[in-house]
Amino acid sequence: MTEYNFETEGVKKTITYLNRKAPYGTIYALEVLESVLISAAFEQHANIVFVDDGVFQIKKDQDTADLDMKCFLPTYGIIEMEKEDADEDEDMDMNWRIIVEKESMEARGLTTDDFKIEVEVLSSAELADVLDTSDAVIGG
Amino acid sequence: MLHTVNKSPFERNSLESCLRLAKKGSAILLLEDGVYAAINGTSVSDKVSGATKDNSVYVLGPDMKARGLGESQLIDGIKIVDYAGFVDLAADNDGVTPWL
Repeated sequence: MTEYNFETEGVKKTITYLNRKAPYGTIYALEVLESVLISAAFEQHANIVFVDDGVFQIKKDQDTADLDMKCFLPTYGIIEMEKEDADEDEDMDMNWRIIVEKESMEARGLTTDDFKIEVEVLSSAELADVLDTSDAVIGG
Repeated sequence: MLHTVNKSPFERNSLESCLRLAKKGSAILLLEDGVYAAINGTSVSDKVSGATKDNSVYVLGPDMKARGLGESQLIDGIKIVDYAGFVDLAADNDGVTPWL
């Protein structure tokens, strides 16, 4: 019988959340967003990455009132706050990066001014390194 | 790192993004509708063939068979794996990046 160890105390991983889908059309974006919030609860390192249509998730001025759906743009604001708190609090060992792939952003006619939150813009090659050095990648 | 692609390259850009963002030397496994990227004579064959130079490219045999695709149609340099081979790839590589 294999013995499993579920002790998480002191375990620290770098998890990359790879957002590749636009919001609202499918459930992917919301599901990934909820996973990010869980990793905050466990104080894990996280790269929140927006690639392909995923860059539309953080487009500012989203208003879903007429769709009768929850607008989750404000939740990205919470993620940005979590990141800022972690950056400022020296006692907190949690490093978060919010990353947009330059190629995906430019292909969709967007600039960082179109985003609701502050992001780090990386080239494909730079992002490839981020993915490769992650302990786990959650796709969506 | 093992990258998995499970969508047809003719319907979505999952394969294209995978090839753009996978580091040289990574393993790439085509499965489910992703197996359509592994066959010769398509609009993406050249790109996939190019990827076999820098990466180890695998295709899941049972998913090919289910779709009527045989080894003779496979792009040179792509290796067929079964489910046990899939498990080995996941275990031997340092993490999995899924391209959905």
